[in-house]
Amino acid sequence: MTSRESAHRHQTVPSDPALRVKALESLLVEKGLVDPAALDALIDTYEHRIGPRNGARVVARAWCDPQFRQRLLSDATAAIAEMGFGGLQGEHMVVVENSATVHNLVVCTLCSCYPWPVLGLPPIWYKSAAYRSRAVIDPRGVLREFGLALPEEVEIRVWDSTAELRYVVLPERPRGTDGMSEEALAALVTRDAMVGTAKVAAGEAPGPS
Amino acid sequence: MNGVHDLGGMHGMGPIEIERSEPVFHERWEGRIFALNRAVGAWARWNLDASRHSRELIPPAEYLRMSYYERFLAGLIELIVQHGLASRAEIESGLPAPGSLKPVPALMANGVATFVAAGAPASRDLPVRPRFRAGERVRARNIHPATHTRLPRYARGRIGAIERDHGVFVFPDTNAHLRGEKAQHVYSVCFAARELWGSRAPEKDRVYVDLWDDHLEPA
Repeated sequence: MTSRESAHRHQTVPSDPALRVKALESLLVEKGLVDPAALDALIDTYEHRIGPRNGARVVARAWCDPQFRQRLLSDATAAIAEMGFGGLQGEHMVVVENSATVHNLVVCTLCSCYPWPVLGLPPIWYKSAAYRSRAVIDPRGVLREFGLALPEEVEIRVWDSTAELRYVVLPERPRGTDGMSEEALAALVTRDAMVGTAKVAAGEAPGPS
Repeated sequence: MNGVHDLGGMHGMGPIEIERSEPVFHERWEGRIFALNRAVGAWARWNLDASRHSRELIPPAEYLRMSYYERFLAGLIELIVQHGLASRAEIESGLPAPGSLKPVPALMANGVATFVAAGAPASRDLPVRPRFRAGERVRARNIHPATHTRLPRYARGRIGAIERDHGVFVFPDTNAHLRGEKAQHVYSVCFAARELWGSRAPEKDRVYVDLWDDHLEPA
């Protein structure tokens, strides 16, 4: 046996997690601990109902409604609840605002905390060791990898989600969007702009949802 | 614990791989284990902090090799066994032990929407006094518990300022071990990048870390 095969024998989870998960689910269903239809409903919720389009609507409204923006910055949980969003992993929300002189970036160095009700489940890069390790020590380098080079005079604020507060960035409204409807504005707002790894561009097609 | 999960400030983890048009789940089993964690968690035998700690206990080399959802699987198996919902023998054989069946699952399909919308707030409406005020200078304590903590290594011993008092929350460092909620104030603490990383860090940059009263001392 090669050392690689030997390592496989002793790892906590065998290399085929699909089989392990299937076996675990069958056991837990048979024991009466889990309703498989509840699993279907949870998966459907996060695949189809909750995602970054929610957050984009919050951002667009804040751009159009100065009073809502104020409520959003002072009590984000309540303001976001006005739009019908909240719940798991969004029980305690904080919105931080970008400007010409301040750029915010959100990370969770200890695990992968992320504001589910407004952004959905996090992408792989947000959960990666590469992002979690470097966002706090080299945020400018991280942003350059995302194609965003910020001038030195812009202050970068990194928010490490070490507690149950969940952070969302309110990006700057792009120039040349004055006449646009709230709905059209929401279509410009990308997930990455609400994490802080991108800016919102006028007329840009929505990025990866 | 000074585990490999405490990644802030480490080097050598490679480039950030950005996938365009990424699906929510890449494979079916990822969705199933994500949902299983929630559905089994609904039995309330443990809490979110204990669940995080179960993944921190994965040996470092394994932790870095595994994907996010592989860690969910490994952590959930440990919690299920530790808290007696199923034995290791049952998990290995796939066969329920006689007499171990529950009449009704804790989370049924018709309860999912409410379960998701209600969430599980970690704040507590208790008259606990804050030890610090906004603007006050504080030092993150230089502690190295071998147990769960949400005070990351890179902030320990460093001086910052209280940016905002978020109110009273459960304290994960005890709650993860089911040793009480020990509710106390949580603050966003603002650290200058230079305080954390030295004089070569950009002068204006800041890192905000959410910390509890027990993590902080006056500076």
